Amino acid sequence: MNTLLDFTHNNLEMFYVVMLSIFLGIEVISKVPSVLHTPLMSGANAIHGVIIIGSIIAIGETAPDNYLALILGFLAVIVGTLNVVGGFVVTDRMLEMFKTRKPITSKTTNDA
Amino acid sequence: MMHNLTANILSVCYLIGSISFIIGLKMLAHPDTARRGNQVSAAGMAIAIIATLILYQSDGMHLHNYAWIAGALVIGAVIGTVAARKVKMTAMPELVSIFNGMGGLCAALISIIEFSRLVPASPMLHILIISAGLVIGSVSFSGSMVAYGKLSGKVKDHAFSWQRSFNLILLTVVLLLGALLIRGGLPVSATYIFYTLLVLSVSYGIMFVLPIGGADMPVVISLLNACTGIATACGGFLYNNPVMLTGGILVGSAGMILTIIMCKAMNRSLLNVLAGSFGATASNVVSGKEEAHKEISLSDAATAMAYAKKVMIVPGYGLAVAQAQNTCHELEKLLQEKGVEVKYAIHPVAGRMPGHMNVLLAEANVSYDLLLDMDQSNAEFPTTDIALILGANDVVNPAAEDDPKSPIYGMKILDVSFSKMVIVNKRTMKPGYAGIQNQLFSQPNTSMLFGDAKDVLQKLITEIKAL
Repeated sequence: MNTLLDFTHNNLEMFYVVMLSIFLGIEVISKVPSVLHTPLMSGANAIHGVIIIGSIIAIGETAPDNYLALILGFLAVIVGTLNVVGGFVVTDRMLEMFKTRKPITSKTTNDA
Repeated sequence: MMHNLTANILSVCYLIGSISFIIGLKMLAHPDTARRGNQVSAAGMAIAIIATLILYQSDGMHLHNYAWIAGALVIGAVIGTVAARKVKMTAMPELVSIFNGMGGLCAALISIIEFSRLVPASPMLHILIISAGLVIGSVSFSGSMVAYGKLSGKVKDHAFSWQRSFNLILLTVVLLLGALLIRGGLPVSATYIFYTLLVLSVSYGIMFVLPIGGADMPVVISLLNACTGIATACGGFLYNNPVMLTGGILVGSAGMILTIIMCKAMNRSLLNVLAGSFGATASNVVSGKEEAHKEISLSDAATAMAYAKKVMIVPGYGLAVAQAQNTCHELEKLLQEKGVEVKYAIHPVAGRMPGHMNVLLAEANVSYDLLLDMDQSNAEFPTTDIALILGANDVVNPAAEDDPKSPIYGMKILDVSFSKMVIVNKRTMKPGYAGIQNQLFSQPNTSMLFGDAKDVLQKLITEIKAL
């Protein structure tokens, strides 16, 4: 119990960050049109790729002769990069298609 | 002094990263700014990664093994870019699932590395965070891989009668083992428990997704996406790293909300989806009797549409697999030239993912304003002359409204039968993705137009031009 209290006290800022981030996440998403559900999921997917920083630190702090950890870290950085780069590129490709808009509707009203 | 400076610059870079994630996500939620938003997040991510590479220090020590890191970054970036650029539009949901799984795997690998570095005196909470990262990361990884397999049709739904209790037991064991590991002081080596935990978590991810019906995969992927976010946040705790923490929590909570929104769109509860009842019951219903239906010839369909006042096109996955979105747009233009009002009725879960159909039609340059969501469409069907259903099935199945035994009961559907005439294009009379018969096909105002969507649309265009 004491350790838990200590931990909370020592990481109070972290807990505030967590709390506020939760509300931010909810706030940011709550009014999204269904059209954007897939791109949004994909974009959020890319953002959690920030885990790559953890993998860089993990491998960067590994002793140069600890080959098992190096290989694991190497893999971790590869999959982390896949998540980040692939995620952002695929989201961009989805959204690229939304940019072209032609005013077709005005034409139909003329016809009618 | 020098050390302080680099640390300070790093903190500022992380702050920029966090802010860019928040702003980027906010912009992603609006059609006009979405693309920019994605770029903003990507830029913030690049800043955070580069800053870590150059500036990160722990106890005055810079990172090392740069050759390894650079090699991995290059390999990951090349594969990621190529995969994301080459993938077909119809296969995008699968790819998102894979990328999500990669994030989970990354979190699990980090936990494994950090676990091997633990010293006997490591604080309990350190072990708690590492174990949480391991469990959530592995579940997210294996679950996403199964979800990918299902979306691409490589993995079928598997459900057995005691599957729910089995999963519950598996989850309990995982939690108990985790608790034992954190408490410490065990007769067996902690390493054994740790790796058992890894194996069990991976199995749980598989068992958890396996029984869930393929049609529910979007919800599952969104949920696993939120999970990976939480695993990322665990990493943020572990390294006391604010950008990982904010990014992870942000995705975790946003992903949860998105999951709930998607469930609402299908009018199902999250629990209902997770229980996996969808796949289990659907298989019983397939064997139902085949209803009588009437067919319509291409020329009749063409004439009817050319002289209609208003045509509503209801696209489904069949349109996507046939790659017929461009042909569909052509038909739309042709009809508009003839003075027919053409609109698209998009069910929130049409295709394989919410918004999937919008993306496809946008690719074919279909104007945004013509795409109606479910409520708008349902308001317009009573004044519609022809509802042209292209490869959609479950989203127009009246069983969702009036058959309590149907696995899709309770889902809101597009009420196409209110329009004067319904023309259904599908390849065969086979049931849809959820494996259920569709009463709509035997209704008096419904006519079937069999064939591949692209093929049929092309022939319709030729017929209408010839009129």
